[in-house]
Amino acid sequence: MLLMNILKNDKPGLWLLGILLVVSIAVPILNLLVPENSAFHISTYTVTLLGKYLTYALLAVAADLVWGYLGILTLGHAAFFALGGYAMGMYLMRQIGERGVYGDPVLPDFMVFLSWQELPWFWQGFDQFWFAALMIILIPGILAYVFGYLAFRSRVTGVYLSIITQAMTYALMLAFFRNEMGFGGNNGLTDFKDILGFDLRADSTRIALFLASAAALAIGYVLSRIIVSSRLGLASVAIRDAESRSRFIGYRVENIKLWVFVFSAILAGIAGALYVPQVGIINPGEFSPLNSIELVIWVAIGGRGTLYGAIIGALLVNYSKTYFTAALPEIWLYALGALFILVTLYLPKGIVGLWSLRKTRKTQKMREEKT
Amino acid sequence: MPLSATTVSVKKTFPPLLFFFVSFFISFFMLMSMAQQTVASEIPAESSLEDAWKTLSQKNYNKKSGAIEVIAQQNPPEARPAMKAMLEGQLYYAKRGKALYFLKEVNDNYEFTPLFDTDPALKPVLQENRRGFKKVKVNNRLRRMIRQLLAVMQLKHEDADIRLAAVQELLKNPETEAADLVKNAIGKETDQRVITSMQTLLAVIQLENGDETAQLAAINTLANSLNSSAMNALTAYQAPTKALENKAQSAINKINDKRDLYAKAETIFFGLSLGSVLALSAIGLAITFGVMGVINMAHGELMMIGAYTTYVVQLLMPDNIAMSILVAIPAAFIVSGLVGIAIERGVIRHLYGRPLETLLATFGVSLVLQQTVRSIFSPLNRSVETPEWMSGAWQINEVLALTWNRLYIIFFCLAVFMALIAVMKKTSLGLQVRAVSQNRTMARAMGVRSKWVDALTFGLGSGIAGLAGVALSLLTNVGPNLGQAYIIDSFMVVVFGGVGNLWGTLVAGMSLGVINKLLEPWAGAVLAKILVLIFIILFIQKRPKGLFPQRGRAAED
Repeated sequence: MLLMNILKNDKPGLWLLGILLVVSIAVPILNLLVPENSAFHISTYTVTLLGKYLTYALLAVAADLVWGYLGILTLGHAAFFALGGYAMGMYLMRQIGERGVYGDPVLPDFMVFLSWQELPWFWQGFDQFWFAALMIILIPGILAYVFGYLAFRSRVTGVYLSIITQAMTYALMLAFFRNEMGFGGNNGLTDFKDILGFDLRADSTRIALFLASAAALAIGYVLSRIIVSSRLGLASVAIRDAESRSRFIGYRVENIKLWVFVFSAILAGIAGALYVPQVGIINPGEFSPLNSIELVIWVAIGGRGTLYGAIIGALLVNYSKTYFTAALPEIWLYALGALFILVTLYLPKGIVGLWSLRKTRKTQKMREEKT
Repeated sequence: MPLSATTVSVKKTFPPLLFFFVSFFISFFMLMSMAQQTVASEIPAESSLEDAWKTLSQKNYNKKSGAIEVIAQQNPPEARPAMKAMLEGQLYYAKRGKALYFLKEVNDNYEFTPLFDTDPALKPVLQENRRGFKKVKVNNRLRRMIRQLLAVMQLKHEDADIRLAAVQELLKNPETEAADLVKNAIGKETDQRVITSMQTLLAVIQLENGDETAQLAAINTLANSLNSSAMNALTAYQAPTKALENKAQSAINKINDKRDLYAKAETIFFGLSLGSVLALSAIGLAITFGVMGVINMAHGELMMIGAYTTYVVQLLMPDNIAMSILVAIPAAFIVSGLVGIAIERGVIRHLYGRPLETLLATFGVSLVLQQTVRSIFSPLNRSVETPEWMSGAWQINEVLALTWNRLYIIFFCLAVFMALIAVMKKTSLGLQVRAVSQNRTMARAMGVRSKWVDALTFGLGSGIAGLAGVALSLLTNVGPNLGQAYIIDSFMVVVFGGVGNLWGTLVAGMSLGVINKLLEPWAGAVLAKILVLIFIILFIQKRPKGLFPQRGRAAED
C-alpha cells in the first residue's frame, strides 16, 4: 500500500522499472531462444556487458543517495563497491579448489605462489556462500559505519569530507596492492570457475547473473525511493540544504547521515559483489580514486538527487565509454573530460534536468497564453 | 603516485653505485697490500723507461713484470692510463713497430689511439677488425701486481680526494703491510682529512699488532672515528687486560651513540626533502584552494606541465644542461601560469561559490590535459637529465652524506615559499588577493577588480605548481600520470595544515614528510604511507579545520 503510494508519485521511476522488467524478460529470450544467426540474437558477451552496466547503475543509485539527498560529495564510494567485490571474489576463489594451477585443495594459487602454508584467518568461512553473502553486506557496512561515525560526529563537512573519503579509498588501494595483505596483491583475484556449483562460463549462468543484477537494481532503487520519501529522507534533504539549521531545530544530524551513508555503502557493496562474477576479476585498481570520481560524474550527468537520473547517467556514460574506448581510444579521455566540464557548467541538473526544464517552460507558456 | 612506492619517490640510484665501487675497491686493495713487499725488491736498476715500454710487447711474463715495475716507479703521465688499460685488456701493440695503442670499440668498429700522442708518426687507426694489432696480455700475477702499484701511485697522487679514497679503501681491509706505506706517506701529507683516515688506519693495525700501550692509544683514536672498519676492529678486538676491555667497550658505545645520532639526522634530512616536495606541490594548491575556495583537481596536471616544460627546455638547449634548469624555472612558471589563467577564465569563473562543482569541472580539465600531453609527447615516460652541479653528495663525515639534489630541493622549496609570502604580504596584488578572499563584495566596493584578481591569483597558484613540476622532473620520470600521483598527497597537506594558511601548508608538508620517513624503516614505504593517510583521516576528525585553522565565529562556513 505504502509502496504503491510512493511509486505513484515517481512516474519516471515507474517507467524505469517497467523498462527494466521488459529488458529482463526480453534479454534471456533473445539470448537463449533466438538462434545465433538471427538479427535479434543477443550474444552472451552483450548480456554480460548489460549486467555490468546494471551493477554500475546500482552503484550510481547508492552514490546519488548520499550526494543527492545528503549533500555528501563522496569521492570514495568505489571503495565499498570494491570491498563487496573482494568478498565475492574470495568466495569464488575458494570455489576453485583443486582446479587451480597448483592444484592445492584449500589455498588459492597466489598463496601457493607466495609459499604460504595455511589459509589466513580472514579467509576462513568464505567457502560457504551464506558467509560470503553476509560479508558482502557487513564489510562495506561496518567500514561505512566506523568512517561515518568518526567523520559525522566531529562534523567534518563539505570539501574536507570529500577529501578524506578520497584518502580512504586511496589508502585501501595502496593496502590491497601489497602482497602481504593476502588478497592477491597487484593481480587481485581472478580465474574463477563456478558460483554455487554453476559454471561461470555457461550462458545460463550469465543470464542468471544478469537477472540477479536487474533484480538487485530494482530492489535497490525501490528501497532507496522508500527511504528518500520517508521522514528520514526528508530530514536528510533538510540536512543537505541547511545542516546547522536542522541541528538547531533538534534533528540528530549525525545519526541520520550515518544510517543513510551505511545503507548506501551496503548497496555499493552488493553492486560490487554482482560485478565481480560477471567481469571475472577484481583487483586493487577498483579502489582507485579515479573510479570514485567517475562514479560521481555518472550521477552528475544523469541528474543529481533524483535516483533515476543516476541510473540513466550510469548507463549512458558506460555505454559511451565502451563504444569510445573501442572505436576512438584517443578521444575517450577528451570526451569524458569535456563531459565533466560541460555538465557542471551548463547542466547542473543533468540530463533529467533538461526534461523538467522543458516541462516548466511548457507550463510557463500555457500560463502566459491563459493570461 | 605518489608519499609511496608510487611514493613521492626520490630516485635512489646512489647506493647501488656506491656498493659497486666499494666492492671493486675492496678487492683492488686487498690484492695490492698482499704483494707490497715483493714489489719493492725486484726492480732491475739498469733498465730504462723506454726499454720498459717496449718490453710490454714481449711474451715473457717475468720480463713484463719487471717492465711494469720500472714504469710504475718512474711514473710518467702515461703510466696510469696504460696500467688501467692493461687491467681491462684494452692495451694493444701494433705488430709492426711495436708501438702501444689503446683500444676503444666505437659502433662495432675498433679505434686504436696511440699511447704516446707526441710522436707524429703514430696516428689513431679506425678499422673494422683488430688486424695488425695484438693485445698486451697479462696473467693473474701481473694483474695483482698492477693493482697494487696503482694503489701506491694513488697514495702519492696530487689530488687529496684521490689520496683520501685510497686510504679509505685500505681501511676496508687493513693489512699490516699497509702500515709502513702509510707511515711513510703520513709525514708528507698535508690534507687534514687524509691524515685523520691514515691515523685511523694505523690505529686499526696497532690494535691488532701493537703492545698494550699502543693498543690503548689505538682505542682512544678509534673511539673518535666513525669508520666501519674502526668499529669492526674494536668488536673483533681481544683485550689482554680487563681495563683495556672496558676501554674498548666504552669506545664501541661511544661510536654507536654517534652513529645513531647521525642516522637520525639522515632520516630527518630525507624527511625534510620529501616534505619539501610535498610542500612545494601543495603551496600552489593552498592558494587556489585556501585563498580562493576553488578545488583544483587539475593542479597535478599543472605540475605535469611544469615538468614537461623542463623536458622541452632541455631538448632546446642540449649543450647546456647545467643552465637548462635555471631557464626552466621561469619558463615552467609562465607556461603553467598561463594554462592556469586559461582554466580560470574558461571554466572556473562560472563556478565561484560552488566548491564541489569546481572539483568536478577541474577534474574534467585534468583529464583533457593528460590526454593532450599523451597525444603530443606519447604516453611513454621521459626523463630529465640532472645537471652536474646537482648530482653527487655533500660528505659531512664518514656516515653522513647529504645528496645535493635533495638539499637543493629543500632550498628551492623555502625560496619559493618566501617569495610567495613576500608577494602576499608586500605587494598590492597580495593585498587585493587577501581582500577578495576575506570579503569579495566589500573589496569590489573599494574598487578592487575582483575578476582580474581572481585570474591572477589562479595564475600564481598554477605557476607555483609549475615550479613544483620542475623539482619533480629531477626526481622522477616525467609522464602523463605524474600529476595524479601527487594530487591526493597535496590535498592531504593542505587540509592537514589548515585551509587558507600558507605557513600551515609548509609546516604540514615538512612534518608529513618527516613522519613518513620515520615510519618507513619499520613499516616499509607503502605501509608508512597508508599509516600517514589514516593518521590524517583521524586527525581531521579531531581538528576538522587542520593544524592552523582560520579563526572565526560563524557556526559554519
